[in-house]
Amino acid sequence: MKVLVAVKRVVDYAVKIRVKPDKSGVETQNVKMSMNPFCEIALEEALRIKEAGLASEVVAVSMGSAQCVDTLRTGLAMGADRGIHVEATGALYPLTVAKVLKALVEVEKPRLIIMGKQAIDDDCNQTGQMVAGLLGWPQGTFASKVLLDREKQLATVEREVDGGLETLCLDLPAVITTDLRLNQPRYATLPNIMKAKSKVIKKYTPQELNVEIKSDLEVIEVTEPPKRKAGVIVSSVDELIDKLKNEAHVI
Amino acid sequence: MMEKCRATRRLFSHSFKSLFNHRSVSDHSTLRSASVFTHHFSDNGQRCIPLFQLQKSDLLARASFSRDYKQTFWPPLGRGLGGMMCALQFRSFGSAGTKIQRNPSFATLNSDDVTYFKGVLGEKNVVQDEDRLEFVNADWMHKYKGSSRLLLLPTTTDQVSQILKYCNSRHLAVVPQGGNTGLVGGSVPVFDEVIISMSSMNNIVDFDKVSGMLVCEAGCILENLISFLDNQGFIMPLDLGAKGSCQIGGNVSTNAGGLRLIRHGSLHGNVLGLEAVLANGNVLDMLGTLRKDNTGYDLKHLFIGSEGSLGIVTKVSILTPPKLSSVNIAFIACKDYLSCQRLLLEAKRKLGEILSAFEFWDSEAMDLVLNHLEGVRNPLPPSVHNFYVLIETTSSDESYDKEKLEAFLLRSMESGLISDGVLAQDINQASSFWRIREGIPEALMRAGPIYKYDLSLPVENMYNLVEEMRVRLAQKAKVVGYGHLGDGNLHLNISAPQYDDMILAQVEPYVYEWTSKHRGSISAEHGLGLMKANEIFYSKSHETVQVMASIKKLLDPNGILNPYKVLPHSLSTH
Ligand SMILES: Cc1cc2nc3c(=O)[nH]c(=O)nc-3n(C[C@H](O)[C@H](O)[C@H](O)COP(=O)(O)OP(=O)(O)OC[C@H]3O[C@@H](n4cnc5c(N)ncnc54)[C@H](O)[C@@H]3O)c2cc1C
Repeated sequence: MKVLVAVKRVVDYAVKIRVKPDKSGVETQNVKMSMNPFCEIALEEALRIKEAGLASEVVAVSMGSAQCVDTLRTGLAMGADRGIHVEATGALYPLTVAKVLKALVEVEKPRLIIMGKQAIDDDCNQTGQMVAGLLGWPQGTFASKVLLDREKQLATVEREVDGGLETLCLDLPAVITTDLRLNQPRYATLPNIMKAKSKVIKKYTPQELNVEIKSDLEVIEVTEPPKRKAGVIVSSVDELIDKLKNEAHVI
Repeated sequence: MMEKCRATRRLFSHSFKSLFNHRSVSDHSTLRSASVFTHHFSDNGQRCIPLFQLQKSDLLARASFSRDYKQTFWPPLGRGLGGMMCALQFRSFGSAGTKIQRNPSFATLNSDDVTYFKGVLGEKNVVQDEDRLEFVNADWMHKYKGSSRLLLLPTTTDQVSQILKYCNSRHLAVVPQGGNTGLVGGSVPVFDEVIISMSSMNNIVDFDKVSGMLVCEAGCILENLISFLDNQGFIMPLDLGAKGSCQIGGNVSTNAGGLRLIRHGSLHGNVLGLEAVLANGNVLDMLGTLRKDNTGYDLKHLFIGSEGSLGIVTKVSILTPPKLSSVNIAFIACKDYLSCQRLLLEAKRKLGEILSAFEFWDSEAMDLVLNHLEGVRNPLPPSVHNFYVLIETTSSDESYDKEKLEAFLLRSMESGLISDGVLAQDINQASSFWRIREGIPEALMRAGPIYKYDLSLPVENMYNLVEEMRVRLAQKAKVVGYGHLGDGNLHLNISAPQYDDMILAQVEPYVYEWTSKHRGSISAEHGLGLMKANEIFYSKSHETVQVMASIKKLLDPNGILNPYKVLPHSLSTH
């Protein structure tokens, strides 16, 4: 069984985001870029499935600029067997990404797609659901535990929902999206970085996959959230009530 | 989220009281000064009778300065005094045989003094609150404790000047205090010195985006400066595990080295100017911002590393390098010390212009961190390694830098210098590697009593000392070695089940003699403080120390600035 994992290159989680002066988007020039943390978790899960003998190959896919190859190299150094880079300039929206993934499924024929529940840059939380919809596969989103049954070709997915856990049973092939608590991703060790050097990254263009890059969305303006004002210390309960009433208008 | 290592003492405050209870040592002079204070400042209305007249000779005869906190010494006395023990303060010394008496030429604080200070600083910046005093009287390791009854918090240079002028005329001894993270007992009073804390002088005065020149007040916390500069696209030329608490004034006064010295050099190079207040209240404005200035003696260097013994640093101008976009960090395991050493040589040669840190620690240090710090995990696959190395590179070109480091590491792995390693793939991973290295002092602190030595040694035989100490101490204590290998700086730490004279006798003066024999320094970066004031001759000649004493005498004739520290007691008492 082959597992396909989508990995996105995003502004590093620890970097303080700055909006471009012309408000057209977020500054990415000279900013540290890394693999989306949820994608790291997805890849880790795929590797564990393979190590448990339940999968034969883990293929990492990334879409976007030429530098996505760095993100794929990280994936290969973590242990993915192969990489696929779909080179595209310009913004990629969830529906386009989902269409590219669907096209790749036709080429690669995986039985399982694992991806992050969302990317930390646009926070869309749509791609996994859209791929499942386009492919007509069942989906287990926000997985906090995944169990595979090879005999029955089933995936049992635990998801954290309000007030408890929900357990789903999916027929393979399926799409799983990962939540934060699913696992703790491994580090890229030197021996694995060395091995990754000889692993293959195959390049596609969207045209080769017959996907047209377009979007019905247009970003009009990106702005920073309003700065939080410093708190004030009130001197009495009366003053507090007065402020809540007349300034905050909450009571 | 980037987990920052903060050396705040809040973490340890729960164990604060218990730590002191069994670690107190005392001598007649502490008792004497404390009792006098109680007389004047007893908050709870109890009048304590000054004890020294009736007890002095008795105490003198029995005073023992060893640090096993003789139970036989205190309890009888305590019982005899009943409630009057209320204000007794205890303290312990870092070095064996430290016999130290309160300098009788110093005055003791009276209520007129307090009134004067309130006049200069305002009520709220003159602190006599017991709890707050307890905190500033004790050092980060909870090893040294003074019995000061007064904390002053000046907010301007002029106030510092007025305070010092007054103290000088009254012969009141003072201790300048920054973030109080110093590791040699320099930042806390020995007896009843007035504590002058710089924490309220924490403004950034000026930042020049073209030259990268930062001018700020001495009380700015290092980490705040780092974040301020980060927003401007610059970095501080120094970084250390205590960044969350230590202040730039403290860094300058200890000439702190830290984690990036290998790249940016020492503060003697990066500090371009200072403002300092002398004991007599004179303000020395040496706050230049020029890279080159050869007019006469460069006096600012006297204040860099003099640990508050020559003046109080009030402002600093410091050259800050631009922040480069690409930082890569590798966490490496080596089988033996020789491999670490050879790896360093190779790294200097092959990574030269991009190398920004080269740190090492042994498996004992690693175990401590994994056992005592929450949320820390070993990034390497489980396996026993004897040594760990952290290599950081910084440059302006992400892919070039990473490729270069990767190629270097892979070559070193092939040649057997590296047994295993991981390369951080994002900032989060990078900070988790740093957390391990920077967490070592904290882990040691949590493990129990420590004897700390901070030595400069030739790299090739640096670790032999650690091994010799292990043999000398056998099972009695854990010997841990780590440090800034790239700078030839070993932190030798002996983690003991309790403070114990037998252990200390095995360690001192052996460590100092060994260091001296190998032409090393007994203080690479922490300073001498109280702990090593008398040991200065292991690293400096008599002639040199004499000149130091003359300079001290010239700038601080009454010796009120941080007494009992830095210079040998034989030279500094009057
Ligand atoms: C976890 C940890 C890690 C550390 N790592 C390093 C390291 O890597 N490298 C290193 O060099 N050190 C290290 N240190 C020790 C280091 O000396 C201090 O952290 C720091 O430089 C002291 O700054 P501070 O503001 O805390 O000064 P304090 O501890 O308050 O004072 C230190 C000395 O300077 C004097 N002083 C302070 N402020 C002034 C002032 N404004 N004017 C005149 N005198 C003043 C004090 O009287 C005292 O003698 C570490 C300490 C800890 C706790």
